Amino acid sequence: MNGIVNISRRDFLKTGALLGGGLILGFSIEPERSTSEASNKPARFVPNAFIRIGADDSVTIIVNKSEMGQGVYTSLPMLVAEELEADWSKILIKPAPVDHAYDHTQWGPMQGTGGSSSVKSEWERLSKVGAAARMMLIAAAADIWKVNPDKCRAEKSFVIGPDQRLSYGQLAERASTLEPPKEIVLKKTGHSEFIGKPMKRLDTPDKIHGTAVFGIDAKAPEMLVAVVARSPVFGGKVKSFKADKAKVMPGVKAAVQVDTGVAVIADDFWSALQGRAALEIVWDEGPLASLDTTKQVAEYASMAQKLGAVARKEGDVDQALKTASKQISAEYTVPYLAHATMETLNCLIDLRDDSCELWVSSQLQTVDRNSAASIVGLKAEQVKLNTTYLGCGFGRKANPHSDFVSEAAHVAKAARQANVKRPIKVIWTREDDTMGGYYRPLWYDRIAAGLDKDGAPVAWRHTIVGQSIVAGTPFEKGLMKEGIDQTSVEGAADTPYAIPNILVDLHSPKIGVPVQWWRSVGHSHTAFVVESFIDELAHAAGKDPYEFRVALLKNHPRNLGVLKLAAEKSGWGKPLPVGHTRGIAVHESFGSIISQVAEVSVKPDGKVTVHKVVCAIDCGKTVNPDTIKAQMEGGIVFGLSAALHDEITFKNGRVEQSNFNDYPMLRMEEMPVVEVYIVDSKEAPGGVGEPGVPPIAPAVCNAIFASTGKRIRSLPIRPADLKKA
Amino acid sequence: MISLDVNGKKYEVEAAPEEPLLWVIREKIGLTGTKYGCGIAQCGACTVHINGEPERSCQTSVKDAQGKKITTIEGIPESHPVKKAWIEDDVPQCGYCQPGQIMSAVALMKKNPSPSDDDIDQAMTGNICRCGTYKRIRRAIHRASIMAPDDTMAKGGKS
Repeated sequence: MNGIVNISRRDFLKTGALLGGGLILGFSIEPERSTSEASNKPARFVPNAFIRIGADDSVTIIVNKSEMGQGVYTSLPMLVAEELEADWSKILIKPAPVDHAYDHTQWGPMQGTGGSSSVKSEWERLSKVGAAARMMLIAAAADIWKVNPDKCRAEKSFVIGPDQRLSYGQLAERASTLEPPKEIVLKKTGHSEFIGKPMKRLDTPDKIHGTAVFGIDAKAPEMLVAVVARSPVFGGKVKSFKADKAKVMPGVKAAVQVDTGVAVIADDFWSALQGRAALEIVWDEGPLASLDTTKQVAEYASMAQKLGAVARKEGDVDQALKTASKQISAEYTVPYLAHATMETLNCLIDLRDDSCELWVSSQLQTVDRNSAASIVGLKAEQVKLNTTYLGCGFGRKANPHSDFVSEAAHVAKAARQANVKRPIKVIWTREDDTMGGYYRPLWYDRIAAGLDKDGAPVAWRHTIVGQSIVAGTPFEKGLMKEGIDQTSVEGAADTPYAIPNILVDLHSPKIGVPVQWWRSVGHSHTAFVVESFIDELAHAAGKDPYEFRVALLKNHPRNLGVLKLAAEKSGWGKPLPVGHTRGIAVHESFGSIISQVAEVSVKPDGKVTVHKVVCAIDCGKTVNPDTIKAQMEGGIVFGLSAALHDEITFKNGRVEQSNFNDYPMLRMEEMPVVEVYIVDSKEAPGGVGEPGVPPIAPAVCNAIFASTGKRIRSLPIRPADLKKA
Repeated sequence: MISLDVNGKKYEVEAAPEEPLLWVIREKIGLTGTKYGCGIAQCGACTVHINGEPERSCQTSVKDAQGKKITTIEGIPESHPVKKAWIEDDVPQCGYCQPGQIMSAVALMKKNPSPSDDDIDQAMTGNICRCGTYKRIRRAIHRASIMAPDDTMAKGGKS
C-alpha cells in the first residue's frame, strides 16, 4: 500500500560517509533503542539517509523536498526506486527531518525546495543511494547463498540468484550487517522501469480523501490559535495598543505585542479573530505611509532614463541604434503580485523550556528552523521542524527572512512571558495573506531596438528597474554578482536572440515593500518584455513573428526545436475561426525551454478569451511525463491569472486588494484547452515547476495584437484598453 | 451546546451561534479535510453538503447548520466514482482545494449524471484551483460520468 507516513520523533539521523566522487550520501545510523523496544522491532535495513527497508518488504523513501503540488513525492522516489529495483507498490514516503544529510546539493548548507531544481539537483544523489542499497541487498543474498554477487540480480524488490530468490524484506536483516559499497555502480542505461514513464502520484489518495495534513491542519494537544494584527503600512510599528475589550471576549487567552504587531491568542480561530477585531492599536506607520503605485511607476520611469549597473554589454549599442534604418522603443510595466497560495500562511509552534517543535508548510527548512531557534533562544538542534504538505508554495513558503515562522516564534515567546504555555498555531486570514507582502516586485522596463534595412535587429537596449529580491538575504552571496541581482535580469541579460549590439542594465531601488521569488522569479517579467518586444520588432520589420524568431535562433537548436514544435502542433499560419488569432512566445528558464502558442479572441467590449494554448517543452531527460504535463497546465493557469486579472497596488501606503474578490484567480470557465508536447531529449534534466509560466503572458498579448492591433505593454490586460471605440 | 450531524454522526459542540460551520468542523469536530481558503465564499475550498446541497461552510453559521445533514469530504466513500476518477486522472497537485472541488463535483453529478462542459463550467466556477488543475477536473468529471451507472451517482455519498 502506498501512503505518506509522518516521521517519528525518534527518527534521529546522523550524517556521515563520503562516497562516490565526493558526493555526500549522508549515511545515517539510528540510535539504539531500549532492549524491549529493539527486540519487538522488526528487522530494518537502513542503508543511508534516504532509504528504510522493512522486514515487511516496505520501502520507505525519505524525501528532502517539500511537496507543494509539483510532484516531488513521486518523482524523487522514482529516481531511488529505479536504481533500487524496488517494487513500486511497496513504496512509502516520509518527509525528511531537518538535517544536513538532506541539504540541497547546490545551495550550500541548507535544506530547501525551489528554483525548479529538485529533480536536476537530486538525480545523481538519489540514483546513487538507490544503487548502493541495491548492491548491499544483492551482496546479502550472495552471502546467504554462497554465490558470487555477479550471479545475482535485483528485480521488483527481490534478489534473484542462480536458482533461488529472496525478497528485500527477507534480506533486510543480513543487509544491515554489511558495509556500504566503496564504489557505486549505476544501472546500465537503456532500460528503465520507472524513469520516463507516466507514474501515478503517490500523494493523490491522501489528497482526495481529505486526510493529507497541510500546515494549517496540524494539531498538538491543548493547542491554541493566534491571529496577528499587523501594520496597515509595511514597516509600520505599534505605537500603543489597548486590548481590554479583546481580553474579555469569549475564548481569548491573551493579547501580546510582537515585532510585527499584536497577536491575539485564543481557544480557536474564530475567537481569535473576534478578539483581534476588538483591539485598539495606534500605529507608527513609518516612511511608507505615502506609498502610491502611480507615483512609484513615474519614479521608476525617470530612473530608467539613466544607465544602471550593466548586466550584459556587447558591441556599441548607441552607435548601432543611431545608424539603424529603423528605431523602435517602448516601456513595459508589470505590477507587484501576491502568491495567493490556496493555503494561507500559518505555523504551529510548541515552545517548551528546553525544546521547540514546529509544524509548517515550509520550502526552506534549515533557515526557518534556525530563525525560530535564535528567536526563542534555543540551539538549532533543540528545535524540531516538521514539514507538512504545502497548500501551494510558488516561492512564498521559501521566505529568506522566515517571516511567518519567525513571527510565530515571537508569538510563542511573548505568550510564554504572558504565562500562556501551550502550543500555538498562528493562522493568517486570506486578507492578511494578500496584504502581508513578500510580493513579486513591480518592474519597469525601457527597451529600444534598431533594425537594419532588411529588418534584422542590429541593436537592443534594455533597462530594467525593480527591487532586488536577494539583497540582504542568505542568498545574496550566491545570486548577487558585481552588484547585480541575477534574479532581476534572468531571461533578459541572457536572451539567446542573435543581435550584434546589446546592452542590458539594471536599477535596483530600495523601496521597503517586501519582495520575494514568485513562481518563475525574474522570468515572470523578462519573458513578457522580451517576447512582446521581439513581436513588436517582427511587425515593424513586416515579418511573421514565428519566422522572425526562427531567424534569430539559428545557433540555438533546442530553442528552435520547441519553437518549431509549438508552431507545427498549433497549426501556425493555418486558418482559424473568425475573430480568433494566434500569438507565439519562446523562453528558456531553469534549464528548460518552452514555446507556447495562444489562440485568443477579443470581444467588442474588450474582454479577452484564451481558447487554446499549445505548449512545447524541452526539459532534457524526463522523470515523470505526466507531472511535466501537469506542471505546464498549471504554469499556464498561473500565468494567465496574472496576465488577465491580477495586480497589487498601493494608495496612502496601503495595499488596495484583500481577497479573491479583488485579487481574482482564473476559474474553470476561463480555462483554455491546453495541449502539451514534450521533446524527446537526452540532455541534462531541466526544471518544470516554473518554466511553464513565463511564455504565456507574451503569447496571449501577441495574439491580442494580431487581433486588435493594440500592443499590451502593461499587465494585467485591461479590457477597457481593448474596447472598440 | 449546538448539535450537528456530520457524515451521519452526531456531535455536540460548544460554539458561538454565528461561528462559521467551517471552523467548527475543522477545530471542534476535528475533520480537517474541509479547507479554509478565503472566508468570503469566493474560492470553494470549504464546500460541504448541507442536506445534499453544496454550501460554503465559511459563510454558513453553525446555528443555521443545526439539525441538517452535513457531509464533508471524509463522508464521501472511497468507492465514489468522482473520487475514483480523480485518482485515475491524477487530478491533484498541491491538493489543498481538491476536497472542495470533489464536493462540488459530487453535488453536480448527483443532479446531472452526464454534465456537458458548460454544465461543468457553471457548477465548478466557484471553486478556485491555484495550481490550475481545471483541465483534469473537467476530464475526471467526464470520466466519472462514464464510470458510474446513474443510480450509483444519485446516492452521492452519504449526503
